[in-house]
Amino acid sequence: MKHTLFLSGKGGTGKTSLAGAFAVLTQGKVLADCDVDAANLYLLLEPQIVSEGVFQGIKLAIKDNDKCTACGKCREVCRFRAIDEQFNIDSYMCEGCGACAYVCPTDAITLSLVDCGRWYTAATRLGPLAGAELYPGEETSGKLVAMVKEKAMKLAEEAELQTLLSDGSPGIGCPVIASISGVSSVILVTEPTLSGLHDLERILGVVEHFGVPAYLVINKADLNTTISTQIEGFAQRRKLAILGQIPYDDKVTKMMIQGKSAVEDQESPAGKAMREIFSRFAEILK
Amino acid sequence: MRITIASGKGGTGKTTVAVNLAISLAAHQPVQLVDCDVEEPNDHIFLHFRADQVRSVEKLLPQVDENLCTYCGKCAEACEFNAIAIIGNKILVYNDLCHGCGLCAMVCPTGAITETPHELGVIESGEADGFQFARGVLNIGEAMATPIIHELKDELDPNHLAILDAPPGTGCPTIAAIHGADIALLVTESTPFGLHDLRAAVGVARSLSVPVAVIINRYGIGDNRVESYCAAEGIPIVLKIPFSREIASLYSRGIPFVKELTEWRDRFIVLHEALKKVATS
Repeated sequence: MKHTLFLSGKGGTGKTSLAGAFAVLTQGKVLADCDVDAANLYLLLEPQIVSEGVFQGIKLAIKDNDKCTACGKCREVCRFRAIDEQFNIDSYMCEGCGACAYVCPTDAITLSLVDCGRWYTAATRLGPLAGAELYPGEETSGKLVAMVKEKAMKLAEEAELQTLLSDGSPGIGCPVIASISGVSSVILVTEPTLSGLHDLERILGVVEHFGVPAYLVINKADLNTTISTQIEGFAQRRKLAILGQIPYDDKVTKMMIQGKSAVEDQESPAGKAMREIFSRFAEILK
Repeated sequence: MRITIASGKGGTGKTTVAVNLAISLAAHQPVQLVDCDVEEPNDHIFLHFRADQVRSVEKLLPQVDENLCTYCGKCAEACEFNAIAIIGNKILVYNDLCHGCGLCAMVCPTGAITETPHELGVIESGEADGFQFARGVLNIGEAMATPIIHELKDELDPNHLAILDAPPGTGCPTIAAIHGADIALLVTESTPFGLHDLRAAVGVARSLSVPVAVIINRYGIGDNRVESYCAAEGIPIVLKIPFSREIASLYSRGIPFVKELTEWRDRFIVLHEALKKVATS
């Protein structure tokens, strides 16, 4: 299985736009949207839902006030500040560890599974897709990402496809780490800003930490050529291969509004650059 | 007042708004800016900041004394995060999965488990550009960002106007940054991706009973879908920042645009007045 994941560290650098372009250009693949916090890939894909379900990722502590004697033992052991002075449990702070339930002398606290989000598989104009969305205010995006990957692998198995393209989330924490395990390569998308470079350095650290080969794309490269050159220097020092640079092109947004990728516009300069990046990457994978 | 700047989608301009708002208001009142995007903190790039104080944020990890362990399996059974496994006469602790709750040590009948601190990241605080500034930095390879955000909120001084720069997304770290705010100021762009993620961010803020207001950044690219959505939902649009190569260029070089385009300082002050009204209405 060739599993490619798009990451960036910094948000809004163009992960989904590039993942969408690769989705158009790759023959025979499954798609996975691992950005369950802000899932956008499907907006380019015209999905028809095939299967879906509710995801119960975590448990939360629930207290029966009739049994509670206000002894305060639960508050003493909670390390997540989830129990206030009146011994009410704040569900947004609760991690569902169960320490409070364990120490409660009157069994007033139980752990119960909560609905955290919805997963789905879909048929799309560009191939099978697995994705998910967290419910507003719910947690455990890491576990939901792991589930999306599992669904996508199963789709690939069923369709006997050997390529999986995953769109990741910004950041370097829980959902990103959940998305990295088991992938064969990571394409990092950055932009020529000091923030972009700073964040690239941190996400590259994470990808290296997990020992996955990484490749770099500089998006909107002409917006600041001085910093693009600085990023090239950084990549060279860190032995990070650059797949190419994409110029700023308002057609990317115009095509997005039509639910399409820039590579579907033959005139788009960004689309042309993305096609070249795709060919270079395909060459490397051979 | 506590203002959390969030977005759902990344790269819409949270940091730009946070930094420029802090600089504009600091001339008139005590301000505290807190960078809660601990995975990819960027505010300091735009500031003259030298940390006066640096402290560790830690979680406690179980250490098993195999001389005392009887491999009874009670710890593995109790752990809700599958962070401990017993395979025959071997006990494995998965540090990445551990949340540091301490339940394993509580249930161990032989006292074989003790806990030792493990650094998740650091909090740096001090002064920058005429206001108080604090930021959290998650260590590379660590998954848990929220404990750092909760400890960052301990830095808040009630005598200051607090501006919290939230991480992108709608998951636990974003919730931690919005929880307890008087208003969530959501920065978006009027594109399909921007609107999709704005809806999700509005959902999070509303589930936490925090009022919302919207800034449209890069106004002029995209279409009018965000304005239609906000009108239908009764969400005030409190500022539009036009798409401008000059603003983009200043951003790319780490320069807050109110330093060059000084007429924007008054607009941020007017914005603050508008936010006070939304927060109290």
